[in-house]
Amino acid sequence: MGSQGGWGQSKEFLDLVKSIGEARSKAEEDRIVMSEIENLKRRITEPDIPKRKMKEYIIRLVYVEMLGHDASFGYIHAVKMTHDDSLLLKRTGYLAVTLFLNENHDLIILIVNTIQKDLKSDNYLVVCAALTAVCKLINEETIPAVLPQVVELLGHPKEAVKRKAIMALHRFYQRAPSSVAHLISNFRKRLCDNDPGVMGATLCPLFDLIAADANSYKDLVVSFVSILKQVTERRLPKSYDYHQMPAPFIQIRLLKILALLGNGDKQASEHMYIVLGDMFRKCDLSSNIRNAVLYESICCVSSINCSTKLLESAAEVTSQFLKSDSHNLKYMGIDALGRLIKINPEIAEEHQLAVIDCLEDPDDTLKRKTFELLYKMTKSSNVEVIVDRMIDYMISINDNHYKTEISSRCIELAEQFAPSNQWFIQTMNKVFEHAGDLVNVKVAHNLMRLIPEGFGEDNEGADNQLRSSAVESYLRIIGEPKLPSLFLQVICWVLGEYGTADRKFSASYITGKLCDVAEAHPSDDIVKAYAVTAIMKIYAFEIAAGRKVELLPECQSLVDELSASHSTDLQQRAYELQAVLGLDARAVESIMPSDASCEDIEVDKSLSFLDGYVQEALVKGARPYIPESERSGMSNISNFRGQVHHDSSTHGLRFEAYELPKPSGASRIQPAPLAASKELVPVSEPTYPQEILQPASVSSVSETGPTEFKLRLDGIQKKWGRPTYSPTAPSTSNSNPQKTVNGAPQLVVQGAVSSQAHDVSYDSRKTKVEVSPEKQKLAASLFGGWSSKTEKRPTSTNHKTTRVHSAAVEKSQMPTAAVASTEQAAEKESPQQPPLNLLDLGDPTPGDSTASIDPFKQLEGLLGPSDVSSVGNSAVTASKSADIMSLYAESPISGLGGTVANMAPTNSINLTSGVSNAANRNVPVGSASTQVAPVKKGPNPQDSLEKHAVARQVGVTPSVTNPNLFRDLLG
Amino acid sequence: MVGDGEIAIVASCPSIFSVVGSASLKFGDKAGDFHNKNAKMIHFVLLISRQGKVRLTKWYSPYSQKERSKVIRELSGVILARGPKFCNFVEWGGYKVVYKRYASLYFCMCIDHDDNELEKLEIIHHFVEIMDRYFGSVCELDLIFNFHKAYYILDEILIAGELQESSKKTVARLITAQDSLVETAQEQASSISTIIAQATK
Repeated sequence: MGSQGGWGQSKEFLDLVKSIGEARSKAEEDRIVMSEIENLKRRITEPDIPKRKMKEYIIRLVYVEMLGHDASFGYIHAVKMTHDDSLLLKRTGYLAVTLFLNENHDLIILIVNTIQKDLKSDNYLVVCAALTAVCKLINEETIPAVLPQVVELLGHPKEAVKRKAIMALHRFYQRAPSSVAHLISNFRKRLCDNDPGVMGATLCPLFDLIAADANSYKDLVVSFVSILKQVTERRLPKSYDYHQMPAPFIQIRLLKILALLGNGDKQASEHMYIVLGDMFRKCDLSSNIRNAVLYESICCVSSINCSTKLLESAAEVTSQFLKSDSHNLKYMGIDALGRLIKINPEIAEEHQLAVIDCLEDPDDTLKRKTFELLYKMTKSSNVEVIVDRMIDYMISINDNHYKTEISSRCIELAEQFAPSNQWFIQTMNKVFEHAGDLVNVKVAHNLMRLIPEGFGEDNEGADNQLRSSAVESYLRIIGEPKLPSLFLQVICWVLGEYGTADRKFSASYITGKLCDVAEAHPSDDIVKAYAVTAIMKIYAFEIAAGRKVELLPECQSLVDELSASHSTDLQQRAYELQAVLGLDARAVESIMPSDASCEDIEVDKSLSFLDGYVQEALVKGARPYIPESERSGMSNISNFRGQVHHDSSTHGLRFEAYELPKPSGASRIQPAPLAASKELVPVSEPTYPQEILQPASVSSVSETGPTEFKLRLDGIQKKWGRPTYSPTAPSTSNSNPQKTVNGAPQLVVQGAVSSQAHDVSYDSRKTKVEVSPEKQKLAASLFGGWSSKTEKRPTSTNHKTTRVHSAAVEKSQMPTAAVASTEQAAEKESPQQPPLNLLDLGDPTPGDSTASIDPFKQLEGLLGPSDVSSVGNSAVTASKSADIMSLYAESPISGLGGTVANMAPTNSINLTSGVSNAANRNVPVGSASTQVAPVKKGPNPQDSLEKHAVARQVGVTPSVTNPNLFRDLLG
Repeated sequence: MVGDGEIAIVASCPSIFSVVGSASLKFGDKAGDFHNKNAKMIHFVLLISRQGKVRLTKWYSPYSQKERSKVIRELSGVILARGPKFCNFVEWGGYKVVYKRYASLYFCMCIDHDDNELEKLEIIHHFVEIMDRYFGSVCELDLIFNFHKAYYILDEILIAGELQESSKKTVARLITAQDSLVETAQEQASSISTIIAQATK
């Protein structure tokens, strides 16, 4: 297949693509596209265009639109093309409309009819094309038009059609949940489908449904667990394998669902323990997809009511992630850690240094993730360090979205854990200064409330101190240029309220400052208003205190200016100020009481003071008041629920022809006793009443109801796979001791230690040798709090640091002694095994072995694996494992041969003996490496090239396609 | 992770698998706050070349033409500037973009904030592997000239922002079935069927 022109496009089109490809600048590209648009506009309206030509025009339109230009003039032609009888044209038409139109485009109404027709086609490819369009184009209004047909397609003989129909229903559910509420039982039924693709697709709608209401689906826990178990035991057809992993995408979906179902439900969680434990047992970081599944398993563990053992395994995997060299894995590790510390905060302790490395990484993505983690583990003991770091970072970036987020986090943490008033005020000032108007207005209001209320302690002194420190700091800041408006508002308000409260500053000094603020921001009415009101308050307090008040000249001019302002609000405030100045002390005190901003203002909502008047009126014969809700007809309310459904079907467009009236009595009566069920939709589906009830009372239905509605869990057990295989599978995986979990680093240390001990020694080494004192200090200040949880807030950070630091050292020495022998072994190895976490920070490429190897050669070697498996179930285990080697030997995640060996047991039995040896770890280095080495030589590139060619032919040529292959295979 | 899959190289054009890099940062401010939050889905798929040229776009959530250009402009600025050892993920205006580089092409997917990034990375790879098999060691030129084919393939893998089929074999079979039917339809178009169609009109 030539890459150019092999698909029957015209020279003209190819030239267009080429010229765009050669365009040097965006402007040039735009020019070419514009002339193409003109060209198409002219051509496309010509009469009698041959269909093939038209098809090409449509594809050119798609191209133009893809490049970001408007091709709306041609949409209608794409719509027309969907009407065509030829599949070729129809498919092009559908492709174009799905790319052009959004679900709310006006033209959709013109396609609905075609879609309806195509959904009934006997050519399944036409149906597939229509279903793809349904997923993209059908909106809430048009769902009823296609729903019956889509539901019918759930029983289609072709798996592809069933799968797409399910996805379409899932889409309907997302658009308008009520439209498919009566179809939920269909999803349950499809879960038991023979075809893994259909089953996998069903998990999508089920995930959404369970996310909305987990309780109705608790009965499915057992079946999900059993499906997951079967998947991990490789009972699914080989073609679902992905990089030697059995159906990982389905596993991930199942894990997501289990996480929802097990959340806060001990009983449901207990069902999952075994299968989740198995997930971790097969853990090694060799392939990305495996890591994806592991990560999802951790998420699941952190969400359910987990056992300590599971938590340990999850923590173990997390630490593997964090120790990895790959940024991706570190990122996932940080995320996982954030989830796990919610359950057990002590898990973070072990990873202090890894976390700090991530925090200082040049990669912003990783840094932000780490901030997220820190946010989750903030306590009063480490809040200062964390918030300072966050603010520093906030100042350094200019991404407004993230600035907003991190500033609100800073504020939240500061409010929650502030160690002192001073610190709190300073932090707020910094945040306001730098994030400025990005800060949510609520935060400002919160602050204005917090300062008068204090921290809730009944300690007037402390509150006063808070206020005066606020006033002082604001007076310092107020002169700075370019303060954000929101911050100025807070400043003005606080100065007005508390500026003169402790008599440190004179009234004239503060009013002068306030006038300056108003003057400096002539265009900001809100700030001016705050300033004037603040001035008024200050004068009012002065008057009330019996002191003589003189209006400063600049103040006078401000008031004059504002009384002539265009803003009525400012005018009003200015006049009020003048009026207050003219009053005597007593009057002023009652209208402007000092420090009364938190006094509750009582509002008599029932307007009881009018009672007498009302009574009088009633006596005179007035009609009594009827509340609005009672006025508008009782009947409407009680029928409200029913009406919603009616409304949605009657307001919407009708797509079907009017039917002849039928005696509908029978079907109407049937659902009547079920009226209590909320999901009942009385309108459309008289055939489904039993199923509708099912979610509410599954057990009763499954006992009494017809068997086809039951979820047959036994059925699932035997659905897939070869029965002979199943009993052996768990035993092999069990025979593999848990030690393999650790894989990589252990193989280097040959001293036959348990994984636990090794980890500790590894850590302690790090602490002792490579860590710079600053980092240690930071670590201690961040994590130190764990041990001093109950301790009262220490007065100085320094003190705390040293204390915790010494504790850390002690801690690191203790295990060292315990595993002295390991320590020695490890020490010897230390040059080869550099501290992964620490070095990667600054240096760009420490030990990247990939560079020296010709990537092309390597790629040739990679040809084999999946192709071989696709040809048949080839059992060339040797070459397969060899492929694994070549795949991962170079991978940055683990330049460590050991992991590879650990991967083998999951798929090649031949290798298990070797692996269990490795697991025993009594094997000397030599033998391990000899085992690895010959395998590495592995596949001959030529062979695999040939295989690849064959596979491609087989995979792509239509002669082999047998859609029923799965069923045949499975019997 | 240099090309973890079956990959071949054709002499004339560099395979898009040959180099893998990934990712300095600058962030777009608003991706768009217009989607429902609870559904975990892929919001769009984007293929851009190293020069920032668009090779394929597929939007699963509603974006107007203006938003689309903005998204592409911002994202290509962010992603193309990232260093090779950085994460394959970028947080971007409340969403996350997972991307992977194959030779000169960047494959990007926008996902929800709490979705599994590694999985999405593999979905990208899944897509590439299928294209590789279909085109026979796919290279950028294949996608440039046959972008509509790439769309058809993508439609078989993702639907409504979800992975619909994880079996490469099944996808390949469906696509070949479509192709072969299309071809026969093409042949017949000139002969009997058109005559019948015209006669019955």
